[in-house]
Amino acid sequence: METVKEKKKGTTAKKTIKISGAEALIHCLLAEGVDTMYGYPGGAIMPVYDELYKFQDKLTHILTRHEQGATHAAQGYARVSGKVGVAIATSGPGATNLVTGLADAQIDSTPMVCITGQVTRHLLGTDAFQETDIIGISTPVTKWNYQITEASEIPEVMAKAFYLAKSGRPGPVLVDITKNAQIDELDFSYEKCTGVRSYKPVPKPSAKAIEAAAELINGAKKPFIVWGQGIILGQAEDELKKLVEKSGIPAAWTIMGASALDTAHPLNVGMVGMHGNYGPNLLTNECDVLIAIGMRFDDRVTGRLEDYAKQAKVIHFEIDPAEVNKNVHADVAVLGNSKETLGLLLPLLNENKHDAWHNEFKEKYKIEFDTIIKNDIHPTKEGLTMGEVIEEINLASNNKAVIVSDVGQHQMIACRYAKFSQSKSNITSGGLGTMGFALPAAIGAKMGAMDREVVAIIGDGGYQMTIQELGVIFQHNLPVKIVVLNNEHLGMVRQWQELFFDRRYASTVMVNPDFVKIAEGYSIEAKRISERKDLKSTIQEMIASDKPYFLEVKVEQEDNVFPMIPSGASVSEVRLK
Amino acid sequence: MENKWFTISVYSENNVGLLNRISGIFLKRHINIESLNVSKSEIDDVSKFTIVAHTTEKWVHNIVGQIEKQIEVIKAYYHTDDETIYQESALFKIASGLLFDERQIQNIIKDNNAQIVTVSRDFFVIAKSGRRNEIDEMHDQLKPYGIMQFVRSGRISVTKDEMKISTILKEF
Repeated sequence: METVKEKKKGTTAKKTIKISGAEALIHCLLAEGVDTMYGYPGGAIMPVYDELYKFQDKLTHILTRHEQGATHAAQGYARVSGKVGVAIATSGPGATNLVTGLADAQIDSTPMVCITGQVTRHLLGTDAFQETDIIGISTPVTKWNYQITEASEIPEVMAKAFYLAKSGRPGPVLVDITKNAQIDELDFSYEKCTGVRSYKPVPKPSAKAIEAAAELINGAKKPFIVWGQGIILGQAEDELKKLVEKSGIPAAWTIMGASALDTAHPLNVGMVGMHGNYGPNLLTNECDVLIAIGMRFDDRVTGRLEDYAKQAKVIHFEIDPAEVNKNVHADVAVLGNSKETLGLLLPLLNENKHDAWHNEFKEKYKIEFDTIIKNDIHPTKEGLTMGEVIEEINLASNNKAVIVSDVGQHQMIACRYAKFSQSKSNITSGGLGTMGFALPAAIGAKMGAMDREVVAIIGDGGYQMTIQELGVIFQHNLPVKIVVLNNEHLGMVRQWQELFFDRRYASTVMVNPDFVKIAEGYSIEAKRISERKDLKSTIQEMIASDKPYFLEVKVEQEDNVFPMIPSGASVSEVRLK
Repeated sequence: MENKWFTISVYSENNVGLLNRISGIFLKRHINIESLNVSKSEIDDVSKFTIVAHTTEKWVHNIVGQIEKQIEVIKAYYHTDDETIYQESALFKIASGLLFDERQIQNIIKDNNAQIVTVSRDFFVIAKSGRRNEIDEMHDQLKPYGIMQFVRSGRISVTKDEMKISTILKEF
């Protein structure tokens, strides 16, 4: 990096200390406020681990049992705390094992810095032991990546990495450091990065666009808000609440936006998307102004694009210019950070009520309640449902828990029925749909919010993808509550096979081990229940426990998640059965 | 939407790996890069990529948005052919004997406004700049006499409109 050299030439007066690259890296992390990181050692990163040993009173390193676990833990940590998650691994397989977590953080805009060791500079390109081109491999799944080959580059590159990970639309950054750069000495001084030429993190809001948005909203008869994670990332929860209350507009959320507004808020009308609520999906195609805030019109939200909100004027509040007009045409695009743009919008809005229109949502909810929700959360059939488990967790935790869900039926049920009273409470793999996300993410979530109850909701399939991370919970006695909703199937795939593949259940029946014994092998208190009479008391016992707790709930094997917008169908074609 | 020819111009920092990042954006969308040229630009320390793709306006809009999002990219644009001045360069290596035996070759060079770059005992090299079809025509004319080697560059282009990169750079 030329700028590093230039700076050194110019500023001889700056105070520096002579230390190794590895030690410099630790100082960079401390300067960025990192107190926790997740990782796995190996040959090419050993000098850094040697320094971690010396700095263990200042910097907690959690040894996950697989590097993928380190990335998801870092993500969980970042998502509850709003800070940058940090994961570290060695070269070769250590580095390639980060790829799923990087892709997950990229698509869900999670700030994360991954550090990988690399073979020494002169061995690059020789197919050395554990050499892999992680820069090439990680390029499509990182916001930025960089290979450090000289110790002197470390301070500036690390400062840039943290700045890029968290600024603008956040995302994952990978820094690959050759072993010689960890060992060699440099004159160390640290300056935080405050800007990068060629990178504009937050577009400046246009007053004209905001006025146009206000005019459309003030004139709307049936306006509808759909918000996404942009509210949480922009810390615009208060502005959203004020917007909804002042304008009286019914508001729904994408899976990534869940918990930004209290579930119990009267104008919170539920979730949009494939398994979202009936009203929000159906009425997307009846509203006259669709106000999309910090969301990206994912195909799971829109269904068939040709029939998505064609009748409506669309206002898109968005920080990333590349998202505007990507999937849905915006009649008005308001670029900028959501806190700022909504703050500017609020004074221009008329106080309003849309009772008749809001009633349409309530009527649709009643239909959904009578046909689906009632049977999901207050079932009368014999077998346990996933929905009633979530409802009992709501009751036992007083709607205050952080819900970390994996991917599949249980995830949809958790997001549909979990009640949230505080932001940053729904941690799930939304965009990538990474099975195996929840257990390590729950570890990170607990460490990022030690004062909060963290409940991981996991299916029997995804649980076994990262089950080894029970070792971390055991080793650190982390009071994470793990609920496995066991239907002995890969439930969501089985549901699709039932509905769309003539019940040919190819490879979706799971033959499972004794999960209770496995948890007990890690000295984690564990219970299995299969009857309704035991549900409430066991969940209360689990929530009351101040230790790690594993609960397996045997649920109905062939339940389906409804409502459902079949793949490729329009939001108007949402199915109740 | 119908496929059209688009020239994508990218002004960027000159960094290792950026080419990979940009080409990956095409790869992810299964869109072929028809031609690619990287050079310095009118501004010191700023590189310019000139990329030609045959796709729809919807996709080129999407691609340019994603390219511009890359940290080291200063600005990216797309233009249709009629909005740019563009050409390519080609080199033809021909056996020297033909220059004397086949008088028609000299006419081909003259008619096509091509230049002889070098002549040696065994071969001579003709350079031709112009539109793709002009180079293809010359290739067709020379082919019957035998072309020892042929290479054509990626498209280079400038826009009819101003780019204002210097102004944009000041805004960062």
